[in-house]
Amino acid sequence: MTTLYTSDHEWLHIEGDVATIGITDYAQSQLGDVVFVELPKVGRSLKKAEAAAVVESVKAASDVYAPITGDVLEVNEALAAEPALVNSDAGGKAWFFKLKIADKSELGGLMDEAAYAAHIA
Amino acid sequence: MLASDNSPLKKTPLHALHVARGARMVPFAGYDMPVQYPAGVLKEHLHTRSHAGLFDVSHMGQLALRPKSGKLVDAALALERLVPQDILGIAPGRQRYAQFTNNDGGLLDDLMVANFGDHLFLVVNAACKTEDEAHLRAHLSDSCEIVSMPDRALIALQGPKAESALAKLCADVGAMKFMDTGPRRLGDIDCFVSRSGYTGEDGFEISVPSDKAEALATALLDNPDVLPIGLGARDSLRLEAGLCLYGHDIDTTTTPVEGALEWSVQKVRRSGSARAGGFPGADKILAQFAQGAARRRVGLRPDGRAPVREGASLFADANSAEPIGKVTSGGFGPSLNAPVAMGYLPTSLSSVGTTVFAEVRGQRLPLKVAAMPFVPNTYKR
Repeated sequence: MTTLYTSDHEWLHIEGDVATIGITDYAQSQLGDVVFVELPKVGRSLKKAEAAAVVESVKAASDVYAPITGDVLEVNEALAAEPALVNSDAGGKAWFFKLKIADKSELGGLMDEAAYAAHIA
Repeated sequence: MLASDNSPLKKTPLHALHVARGARMVPFAGYDMPVQYPAGVLKEHLHTRSHAGLFDVSHMGQLALRPKSGKLVDAALALERLVPQDILGIAPGRQRYAQFTNNDGGLLDDLMVANFGDHLFLVVNAACKTEDEAHLRAHLSDSCEIVSMPDRALIALQGPKAESALAKLCADVGAMKFMDTGPRRLGDIDCFVSRSGYTGEDGFEISVPSDKAEALATALLDNPDVLPIGLGARDSLRLEAGLCLYGHDIDTTTTPVEGALEWSVQKVRRSGSARAGGFPGADKILAQFAQGAARRRVGLRPDGRAPVREGASLFADANSAEPIGKVTSGGFGPSLNAPVAMGYLPTSLSSVGTTVFAEVRGQRLPLKVAAMPFVPNTYKR
């Protein structure tokens, strides 16, 4: 499994032609206490950079963008019931949605862990 | 509300304390202010409701209005030319909520007015303080000396443990009732203390000389019941308490009647009474007292979990094209564990229980008009 990152502080776990997407621990620390998450509908076709989900803290709402093009295969319903998971386990249990990767060449534009660490340093 | 120019941000006397305690600082009304500390907005909010929170509100404006005649009644009557409140009726050692009105009946600012015996003491909003001072000078200089007090900090201590925390520095604060105010010696620091605040909780606001502010804040924060609280939780606390944020819930286009602030206009300033009118916009405001206004500020509780934020348009039903109102404050209420909002609706749709719809990200979300405060206040009357 490969993990890639976007400059918008999202992560992607790549397994075969499926990408699992969430926001980084750095992103949750900047957002503060998450109180609401809105997820895309399963089956929706997302284009790269399209607003796909919304994460709301006490203070503000932020979009989560589709980092690559693809159809939504599955969403993490646990986040609707327990939005605070985003704060406690951003890189793990608090994944947002899974995409069927439409075009693997889009992955070339993403960062690896070392590059992302440098990005937020 | 934010400074739009590139002038450097001002710092309050507690700036170093905020930074040392790990606050995230943001620009607010021209000041570099703490929006939250490491505990985070949610915990800061809940701690204030269960224990006590300390807020730096030193960015707000503090002014003295001194009658040139030496008689306080002259300053009180002068200020009544600018506000629709009964200022003459504020007893010594008491304070009252007031608003500066404009000729259209709109609000230039909201403020606190205290009777300090030989003068009136005013606390105004940070973003309006320059204009407020100019407004006072333009209209009241004939009878009053207007003295701004930039060398004083302002600290709010709010929550059920505020009294016990402050009593460690000044034994007799426990005898104060809601809206009592006056000079008090806290430890060895001479302050002005009022029993008031902006959270819906019992608590105090303390005006302290700038050079003593850090010592006072540190003494209060040494109490394990007291945590420092940022602007983020200050906003969620006041929203749950149903209190207006100037520039958002009330502004130059909203009257006291539209803003559901009739309670703040005492009878003696209304039609048929001894000192009726005589403030800017009185014709319009007093007509609205008699006939009602077309729109009204209301509390709103979204049915779902999604917060409905400031600026969201409100609709009468799920499909109607024309908006009927707007959300002016909205977010998540940590004590309610639910979203809360306030906004303006046609008065005909403003009764509690009415369902309206807010447009959020292209969807119509149902909300119900709800009584405010959303969280009962705990003022010590």
